[in-house]
Amino acid sequence: MEALFAIAIGTLTSCAVYLLLRARTYPVLLGLTLLSYAVNLFLFASGRLVMASAPLTDQGLERFPDPIPQALVLTAIVIGFGMTALMVVLALRAIHATGGDHVDGGER
Amino acid sequence: MLLSLVILIPLLGAWLPAALSRALGVDPARTAAALAAASLALVLSQAPSVLAGATLVSGWSWIPEAGLNATFRLDGFGLLFALLILGIGLLVILYSRYYLSPEEPKERFYGLLLLFMGAMLGVVLAENLLLLVTFWELTSLSSFLLIGFWRHDADARRGARLALMVTGAGGLALLAGVLLIGHVVGSFELSDVLASGPVIKAHPLYETMLVLVLLGAFTKSAQFPFHFWLPHAMAAPTPVSAYLHSATMVKAGIFLLGRLFPAFAGTETWFYIVSGVGLTTQLFAAYVALFRHDLKGLLAYSTVSHLGLITLLFGFGTPAGAVAAVFHIINHAVFKASLFMAAGIVDHETGTRDMRRLSGLARFMPWTAALATVAAGAMAGVPLLNGFLSKEMFFAETLQVQWLGSRYWVLPVAATLASVFTVAYSTRFVHDVFFGPPPQGLARVPHAPPRWMKVPVEILVGLCLLVGLLPGLIVDPLLGAAGGAVLQAPLPEYSLALWHGFDLPVLMSVVALVGGASIYFARRYYFGLHGYRQQGYDGRALVEGLVALAVAGSRRLVDRIANASLQRYVLLLLLATLGVGFVGARGLSLAPIDATPPPDALAVALTAALVFAAVAATALHARRLLALVLIGVVGLVVSLAFVRFSAPDLALTQLLVEIVTVLLLLLALYFMPAESPRESSGLRRARDAVVAIAAGLGAGLLAWAVLTRPFSTIAWYYLENAKPQGGGYNVVNVILVDFRGFDTLGEITVLGIAAVAIVALLQELKLDAPQRDWDGRPWATERHPLMLRVLARPLLPLALLVSVYLFLRGHNAPGGGFIAGLVTGTAILLQYVAYGSDWARERLPWNYSTAIALGLLLATATGLASWAFGAPFLTSTFGYVHWPVVGEFELASAMMFDLGIYVVVVGVVMVIVGRLGALSGPAARGS
Repeated sequence: MEALFAIAIGTLTSCAVYLLLRARTYPVLLGLTLLSYAVNLFLFASGRLVMASAPLTDQGLERFPDPIPQALVLTAIVIGFGMTALMVVLALRAIHATGGDHVDGGER
Repeated sequence: MLLSLVILIPLLGAWLPAALSRALGVDPARTAAALAAASLALVLSQAPSVLAGATLVSGWSWIPEAGLNATFRLDGFGLLFALLILGIGLLVILYSRYYLSPEEPKERFYGLLLLFMGAMLGVVLAENLLLLVTFWELTSLSSFLLIGFWRHDADARRGARLALMVTGAGGLALLAGVLLIGHVVGSFELSDVLASGPVIKAHPLYETMLVLVLLGAFTKSAQFPFHFWLPHAMAAPTPVSAYLHSATMVKAGIFLLGRLFPAFAGTETWFYIVSGVGLTTQLFAAYVALFRHDLKGLLAYSTVSHLGLITLLFGFGTPAGAVAAVFHIINHAVFKASLFMAAGIVDHETGTRDMRRLSGLARFMPWTAALATVAAGAMAGVPLLNGFLSKEMFFAETLQVQWLGSRYWVLPVAATLASVFTVAYSTRFVHDVFFGPPPQGLARVPHAPPRWMKVPVEILVGLCLLVGLLPGLIVDPLLGAAGGAVLQAPLPEYSLALWHGFDLPVLMSVVALVGGASIYFARRYYFGLHGYRQQGYDGRALVEGLVALAVAGSRRLVDRIANASLQRYVLLLLLATLGVGFVGARGLSLAPIDATPPPDALAVALTAALVFAAVAATALHARRLLALVLIGVVGLVVSLAFVRFSAPDLALTQLLVEIVTVLLLLLALYFMPAESPRESSGLRRARDAVVAIAAGLGAGLLAWAVLTRPFSTIAWYYLENAKPQGGGYNVVNVILVDFRGFDTLGEITVLGIAAVAIVALLQELKLDAPQRDWDGRPWATERHPLMLRVLARPLLPLALLVSVYLFLRGHNAPGGGFIAGLVTGTAILLQYVAYGSDWARERLPWNYSTAIALGLLLATATGLASWAFGAPFLTSTFGYVHWPVVGEFELASAMMFDLGIYVVVVGVVMVIVGRLGALSGPAARGS
């Protein structure tokens, strides 16, 4: 199971990095989105993988997942949304300012 | 307490001259003098016990963990310096009142002077070495401001910068040395350090510590090869030179040599470094001084030379040498300050300091000429003046040095030679300026200076005479106390008599006086001294060249890497990260340590779906809409992963954020080109692919390594205490709103800031909305599809109900403010999509920006409320109420906090997506 998880994180990172290196704002936005998936999964993984459980203490469970990375990742997801939104608006503003969607504001 | 006041009065009173001058019209010089006098009175009140041999230590602990204490120490050596700093300081204040012209900013001058005075007192009265270094740097800073007092003068600015660079760099070396001393001794208190001399000298780090400390001392005291800053600092107003560059600041390095004498002195290394530097400096500077045409330039090199003499005496490492050094510190401060003041008077009354243009001034200002002659006599070591006594002691000491064996004669010969030049330049100072024919071609006719400008000179010259004539009466108690404090041991035998009989030191003095005078007159008349052009080694060019080199190098580097291309920056960042990761990961074993459950078919299928969607989105990113759909698939699989691995809260959050994000990107896509043009070359794409694969491999291997390593967690604490302390069963939510509530408060604040930034960016943003879609078809006029309208309306109350439910149960089951807020936001957005933003805004006329602020206020107020009960910020409390139908129900104060989160999240979602959606409304779309 760990191997699958690691493969997923690695693939997401690879795709994200390739997209981050593109010259247009839109693929960079997609790359940032993919990268935040990868980072969130990685942070989540630091609590190890626990199946068929939940961080709820009233369910009579024997084994619990680590709630700390979960709390961390929950806020990270919401903040990641705020960051993506900011980037989107920046990209739109850049179109307004430069007339194009090149990341450097034009060819160099 | 009292000792700290001595420092704090001038330091904290530095703003008073300006304040009182503006408010009440008080002469700033008077204010400064009053403060210095108050400080001096405090020192004098302690003088009797210190002169009797006491060492006063007081203060309080400040940051004991770092060994930093605000402790102060007054012993004989500190007393001597405090008296010099405050006494000469008072005279300088009086002198500069007449020196500065009326239009100059006196308030600033006296303020800076007081600041410097306080810093300097801090250096000499500090008991804690870290405190000493702090004050040491403060003297560098305040002297920078004083040297550059005439801001309009480029030379002054350059001189100030040079002084700051050299002394500041030395200060850093000193700090390193002091840290090592603290490490070796185990304490930064001087009392401990001075008692640990044998430990320090025997330590393997002794040489390192010594060199670092000496770098600090030598830069400050302008010792060769760091002496070059001092002549350039002569661009300062003359009172500043008289104060800083004769009596006080340049003596700080000497002070340090004396202060740490018991801890460091007496070894062979000490002798060769300190004496070697001192002797070189003394000889070299005395020679150069003779060829300076500027009065202050001559005095500057003379100061360097005398400081070298004192350094040399300390370098001998003998008790008698140290006492002679202390004596010369006193004498040099007195005669050199008066000589600077005399030079200032000449400059003030004639408009020039160039000795080639000055001549015969004795007929215009006979009294000043007499005073300057006496002071210069003291500098040359003429009998019956104070300089003669310490110079005799110096000569006697050079004959006693044991280290050089059969070459013992080197030191006395070199010392005599240096004294020959000293006599020569002293003669030149007097003879060139005050004697000979009347001056030609001066801008104005010289006249005698104002009465009170001469008084400080008179007092100092009077001291030269008194000490020279009655040393036992005037200076012996202070010298004894100061010498004892330096040695931290009983004083050696020494005698302050005017005449010891005809011995070798007297002969050396005679040789110096006769030889010096002969050299001066010989050069004056036969070698054309006035035609001598100044040249040779100047450290300023070196330092400024180094600075220019560093600046040019940085500029080239920046030009090379910073070409304003985001692609380039991202690539460099990624490569750097890969490099660091690679270095860090060397030797990392990837063998699994923890047993792992085997993957099942579902997991394999979902991972395959994720990999496929991500790779496809990347490969097809040029087709933007398709790529977005594929990204949505990835997000869904990620939320399923959270479900699988026991994180229901995360799954809900991820799902909802995914919806809002896709909506957001769709809106953005409306204004963007539909496809990315192919513009990267194949080579570049291949390069990026290599970087991407390397990054993916790194991240994947790291994740694998993390997942298969055993680990310990503090999760048990939260699992055990979520219910008893936080009142909830859902541990994730309890962590968010209770245990780590302060973090969450910070996070929703960041969200709010992002929303504010977005509002600001969208202001007055007008984008041309496309009239046709990407395939060239015109946009549908039916803007709001019927089916969606029918569905959306009943969905809103239902969704709101669900979000209330999720919110209320959040403390005990998956849910909470974040998730409920996202549900509410999504439901309202659905109305926007179905009916258009104008319609929706008419019916839901809330100001979402205000909502964000209110939510933050609510969360903060919940935290603050706990203060009212005397508990720390964000302490939570809870109780139970029985609700009919619903049943036992818990009310926690954390719920108010969660409500704040809810309101912020709703507001952020609505502000971001709602505003963006409004861009594409009918107004943007045109008719």
